[in-house]
Amino acid sequence: MLWILLAVPVVSAMLAFALPWNWPRRGLLVASSGAHLGLAAAAIGRTPAPVLDGWIALDGTSLLFLAITSVVFFVVSIYAVGYLAHQVRVAEDPGREVPFVDYPEAVFTGCLLLFLAAMTLVIVSHHWGLMWVAVEATTLASAPLIYFHRHPRSLVATWKYLVICSVGIALALLGYFFLAVSAEVRELSPIHLTIADLENHARQLDPAWLKAAFLLLLVGYGTKMGLAPLHTWLPDAHSEAPSMVSALLSGVLLNCAFLAILRGHSLLAKAGLGDFSRELLVLFGLVSMVFAAVFVIRQADYKRLLAYSSVEHMGILSLGAGIGGIAGFGSMLHAVNHSLTKAMLFLAAGNTLHYFHTKSTLEARGLARALPVTALVWIAGLLAITGFPPFGPFVSELMILKGMIDGSRILVAIVYLVALAAILVAMAAIVIPMVYGKPPRSESPAEASEPPAAGARPGARSPAEPLWSAVPPLLLAAAVLVLGVYVPQPLSDFLHRAAIAVGAE
Amino acid sequence: MAEWLDAILVLVILTNLWLLGSSRLRACIQAAALQGILLGLIPLLATWPAITARLAGVAAASIVVKAIVLPAMLRRAAREANVVYEVQPLVGFTTSLLLGIVLWGLATHIAGRLPVAMLHVAPLLIPVAIFTILCGFLVIASRNTAVMQVIGYLALENGIYIFGWAFAIEDPLLVEMGVLLDVFVAVFVMGIMIYRLSREFDTIETDEFTSLKE
Repeated sequence: MLWILLAVPVVSAMLAFALPWNWPRRGLLVASSGAHLGLAAAAIGRTPAPVLDGWIALDGTSLLFLAITSVVFFVVSIYAVGYLAHQVRVAEDPGREVPFVDYPEAVFTGCLLLFLAAMTLVIVSHHWGLMWVAVEATTLASAPLIYFHRHPRSLVATWKYLVICSVGIALALLGYFFLAVSAEVRELSPIHLTIADLENHARQLDPAWLKAAFLLLLVGYGTKMGLAPLHTWLPDAHSEAPSMVSALLSGVLLNCAFLAILRGHSLLAKAGLGDFSRELLVLFGLVSMVFAAVFVIRQADYKRLLAYSSVEHMGILSLGAGIGGIAGFGSMLHAVNHSLTKAMLFLAAGNTLHYFHTKSTLEARGLARALPVTALVWIAGLLAITGFPPFGPFVSELMILKGMIDGSRILVAIVYLVALAAILVAMAAIVIPMVYGKPPRSESPAEASEPPAAGARPGARSPAEPLWSAVPPLLLAAAVLVLGVYVPQPLSDFLHRAAIAVGAE
Repeated sequence: MAEWLDAILVLVILTNLWLLGSSRLRACIQAAALQGILLGLIPLLATWPAITARLAGVAAASIVVKAIVLPAMLRRAAREANVVYEVQPLVGFTTSLLLGIVLWGLATHIAGRLPVAMLHVAPLLIPVAIFTILCGFLVIASRNTAVMQVIGYLALENGIYIFGWAFAIEDPLLVEMGVLLDVFVAVFVMGIMIYRLSREFDTIETDEFTSLKE
């Protein structure tokens, strides 16, 4: 069953590369992500047996992250179908200016599916080396996705992403070797570097090497997760990639890196070095939140705004895991909430970008009139992501706060609240004018005929908000809303299992 | 075989200094290729005479990829992008060499402090591994051409590998091959990127890519 889970996206990726027709390929994308979702649901119902000597297995944490990945990917794949069809229509429009030539759709779809396969492998791999291979594979599979528009700027963003992440992840490889050494100096070999084996022998491992290993893993995978100050690739990649890819990067990929860090934390906790890893996680979490707060203020590009918000939320996840207790549970719940919310916001950003052809927060105004559904998603997303009730993130952020107060980490709680408040004000000050503001009426006659003037787009052949662009973000919004009011019992059990498995609770 | 191993390790140090001191891309690619060969020999010599077929296979695969395939791809990328020299590095070549010597001191210092006395590791292996990693970082951080950054990445990866072999970490074959495949694809994708970058910007000096500055 685990093999099938991995094989579905790989095989469909190969098919996608080979298929010469657009529509069957799009159908394949939805079908295989639907199959992935179905298999994930089946795995949650009955946990499949480990394969490959326990290298590939599913535990509580894997299942949680698998569920997030599968759901977000499925929703995004529906959006993708409409998006790709739209791109082709635009490309065939003889009257348009040619700002860029998109990557071939076959390559794009294939890489999308390979990306899913690589992320699934990260989630199910229970061997440190295999996990490293998988994380690096996610970088390689997603690089062509970021470069989809073939614009010089997206090229630079892709280059930065590739180099920074590859170098960062190289450090994680060194961390993996350090783990091996920590077993070897105690003459525990031959020990398998699987998560279970290492955790069973955790107390016998050499603590000095283990600490060094965790540091390297944290820096390495932290680069990928976007923890400040290692996040430098993230705003560029998120703002230059097509919005649906940004949704995947933010909603799913960052989580996978977080999972790898959690595994390290769990190992240290079992080895009795939990305090060391906890303090590091808290430190990186706070630094990320403060960094994000600084860059969110007066951000002029709404996709960068969302990217920095991801840095913030990765900080919150790391912080919650570091604080532990109920905050550990909160952190798991927040991973779910953030993925759904951020994916929906990026999809809304995609719709906005399509309509206004600009990423400037000053020019893309008057959404409420131009794109009412997208405007609704923006407002719901804004409230959700900044932690307003009744949305999900409010609950999880509150739990993390409670964890801090339970652990009497008052100083941490103050920094946390100040950063949250600053980001709330900054984001509201940007997003609300975008939704309700007046579209810039350009006075100069040269600009008056430009299409970006909202509501004045003459003779738009397709409706401003076709179903494919409106429904997926609304689905996500509904899910976030439900999670804010009521966390279903099975999910809550899961979150507990996940939080316990990673030693965060 | 210990003297042979030491000789190889000294050669690795020299390739690193070569990498730091040379402005010609072809020379640097050459150095990286040579490092790839040496890297493949290290595990064979370190475990001599108890070489297993598996180890020999891994070493051979690593030599083929790191000494032949990747340098060929880089050479092609450099040719297509039409760059011959690293013209204005952030840190000059003489300074880089001097820094290299400082880094060597640092590497031996760190290696001396690692608690590895109980393992019978050849004394030069760990400092050389750390030195190679540090040199890789220096090249990535201080060079402007995209090709040089990829070479720096390769050096970094090589250093990490020497470290792995220093402890004769019995990696499962699957992981070993997976890592090699990842490095191969990474350099492959980077090579394509270099080509496109050169077409878009008429240069592949990464500090020219200012369009994404904050």
